[in-house]
Amino acid sequence: MDKMPKWADVALIPFLNLLIAFVLSGLVILAIGENPIKALQMMISGALGSSYGWGYTLYYATNFIFTGLAVSIAFKAAMFNIGGEGQAMIGGLGVALVCLYIPFPHWSVALLVAMAGGAIFGAAWAIIPAYLQARRGSHVVITTIMFNFIAASVLNYMLVNVLRVKGSMDPASGRFPETTHLPTLHDILAPLGISFSRAAPVNVSLFIALIACVVVYLLLWRSRLGYEIRAFGLSPDASVYAGISPFKIIMIAMILSGGLSGMMSINNTMGEAERLVLNSVEGAGFIGIAVALMGRNHPFGVLLAALLFGFLYQGGSELSLWTKIPRELVIVIQALVILFTGALDNMVRGPVERIFINYAKRRAG
Amino acid sequence: MTLMKSCLGAAATMALSAGAALADPAIIFDLGGKFDKSFNEAGHNGAQKWAEETGKDYLEIEIQSEAQREQALRRFAETGANPVITLGFAMSAPLDEIAPDYPDTTFVTNDGWSDAPNVLNTVFSEHEGSYLAGIVAAMASESDVLGFIGGMDIPLIRKFGCGYAQGVLATKPEAKVISNMTGTTPTAWNDPVKGGELTKAQISQGADVIYAAAGGTGLGVLQTAADEGILSVGVDSNQNHLHPGKVLTSMVKRVDVSVYDAMMKGEDLEPGVRVMDLAHDGVALAMDEHNADLITDEMKAAVEEATAKIIAGEITVHDYTSDDSCPVIDF
Repeated sequence: MDKMPKWADVALIPFLNLLIAFVLSGLVILAIGENPIKALQMMISGALGSSYGWGYTLYYATNFIFTGLAVSIAFKAAMFNIGGEGQAMIGGLGVALVCLYIPFPHWSVALLVAMAGGAIFGAAWAIIPAYLQARRGSHVVITTIMFNFIAASVLNYMLVNVLRVKGSMDPASGRFPETTHLPTLHDILAPLGISFSRAAPVNVSLFIALIACVVVYLLLWRSRLGYEIRAFGLSPDASVYAGISPFKIIMIAMILSGGLSGMMSINNTMGEAERLVLNSVEGAGFIGIAVALMGRNHPFGVLLAALLFGFLYQGGSELSLWTKIPRELVIVIQALVILFTGALDNMVRGPVERIFINYAKRRAG
Repeated sequence: MTLMKSCLGAAATMALSAGAALADPAIIFDLGGKFDKSFNEAGHNGAQKWAEETGKDYLEIEIQSEAQREQALRRFAETGANPVITLGFAMSAPLDEIAPDYPDTTFVTNDGWSDAPNVLNTVFSEHEGSYLAGIVAAMASESDVLGFIGGMDIPLIRKFGCGYAQGVLATKPEAKVISNMTGTTPTAWNDPVKGGELTKAQISQGADVIYAAAGGTGLGVLQTAADEGILSVGVDSNQNHLHPGKVLTSMVKRVDVSVYDAMMKGEDLEPGVRVMDLAHDGVALAMDEHNADLITDEMKAAVEEATAKIIAGEITVHDYTSDDSCPVIDF
C-alpha cells in the first residue's frame, strides 16, 4: 500500500488542519487576555445556535459555494483563477443593471435574468485573462489578480458617476424595485409552518447554489467536456496528443469559472443588500480559493468547506459584536484557518501519510 | 412557536451568552475605526465618558465593510440595545431599511439622515465652525493663500470647505483659497499618504495654512504640514496635540457630546432632529495649551465677534448642502 485510505484523505486531514488552526487561534485569544473557550462557545452559539445565526451562516456559505465551485472548475483545467473577487464584483454590476433597468413582473423571472446577467458579466471579466493565457501565455494567476484591481476601479467609477442616487453621499446604487426582491428562507418556510428568523438574509439563492453543485459534478464527472477538462488539467501535453484543444478547454473552463463567480451576486447584491454597494463581495472571491482547496475541488467537498467558512464568517462577526476582541484579531483567526487548510496542507499530510503507510507495512509483515 | 417568540428567544439567548444586559446602549463605528483621531474617535470618547461616569457597559462594533452595516444594526436592535448610535452619513440608507422593523428601538445618526419615525437625526453645523476656522486661518496666513483638503468628495465635505472659504474671504477679501479632495470613495477617509502629497502640492502653490476635513487622511496632512513648517487646522476631534505649535486650531465637532447625551438619556431618548450648531455648542474651535502661542488676542476677538453674530443671525454662513453650490469657491 503506497497511499492512505480515502477516508483519511478527505476527512481526517482537514479535521487535523482545522484542529491546529483552532488551537493556535485559541492561543492568540489567550495572549490578549480573553477566554478562548468562551470565544468558541460564542462563535458556535452565534453561528449555529439560532435560526438567525443559521440564516447568516447559510447566507455566507451560499457565497462561498459559488466562488468555491468557480475556483474548482478552473483548477480542474490547471487554471488557478485568483480573479473570483473581481469577477463577482463585475457580476454584481451585471445583476444591478438588470434589476434596476428592466421592469420585472415577478421575482422568479427577475432571478433567472439576473443569474444570466451576473454570469455573463462575470464570464466576460474572466475571458480576457483566459484569452491572454491561451493565446499569449500570460500567466493567468498574474492577470486575474490584476483584473481584480481593474474591477474594483470600474465598480468605483460606476457607483460614483453613474449609479449613485442623486443627492446621496453614499457611493451605492438605488434600491432595486420591489418585484426583484428574492424570498428569504423565512418567506419560503413560513407556509410550511416552520418559523425561521425574518432578519437573516439567506434566500432562494441557496437552492441555486446547491443546484450548481450538482450541475458542476455532472459536468466534470459525467460529461465528455468534463472528461476533457480533467484530462487537460492532469496532463496538458497528453491531452493535446489525444486531440483536445488547449485553447478551447482554457476558454471554457475560465468562462464557467467567471460565470459562477459572477452568479454569486444574486445572493449578496440581489438577495441581501437589494442595491449595489462598494465592497459587496466582502472577500468571498478569495475565500473561494480556500474553500476549493479544502474541498479537494469536489462539489461536495466545496459544499462542506463553504459551510465551515460561513460558520467562521458569522461566528467571527458575532465575536466582534459581543466581545472586545478587536476586529483585526477576528481576521487573524480566519486567516489561520485558511493558512492551515489551504496553504500548509502538506505539513500535516506528509506525516499522516507516513504513519498510515508504516502501519500498513507492519501489518503486512 | 410564533415568530415573535422565536425572535425573543434568540435575542435572550444571545444576550445571556454575551453577558450583556438588555437595554445597554450600542454604538457602531464607521469604516475609519474608533481610533481614527477624528470623527469616530470623538464618538468613542463620548461613549467612554458615559461609561466612566455611570459605571455601565455599552456594546460596540467597528464595521469592516460596507455590507456589514445592516447586520450590525439588526443585531444590536434584536438584542434589545437601546439606543443604537450610528456614526457617519453612510448609515442613512441602512437605517431607512432597518429602523422601521424595530419600532421600540431608538436609533441615533451623526451626520446621517433617516426619515424613519424612531430615528434621532443629529445634524452638525460644520459650515459655521469652518467659518470660524477660516477667520483664524486667514489671520495667521502670511502668503494669503489658504488650503483646504477634503476626504471623500461629497456634499458634506464641500460644506466644510465652503464655510471655511467664506470665513477666509470675509476676513481677507484678497486671499485665495485652493481646494483638493482626496478621492470619491470611502477609502479617501483613510489615505494619509495621499493627504501628505496633496499638502505638498498646495504648499508649492503658496499655501501656508491648510485645513483638513478628511478623517484619517487628515493625519497625513497635519504631519506633512508640520514637517514642512506651515500651519494646519485639524477637524472633528481636538487634534492640536498631534503636533504642538504646528496645528493652528481644530474645528471640533462635538460628536462626543451627541453620543454622551444619547447614552445618558438611554431608553427615554426622543426621536426627532437635534441641531448641533454654534448656539448649541455643537461645533467649536479648539483652544488649549498646544496652540496658545499661535492664537493672538485679535484672533480670539474676531472669533468671538463672529460667533456672537452668527448666533444672533447677523451673519448667515451659506450651507453648501442647502442648494449644492457655494458662492465663493468652486470645487
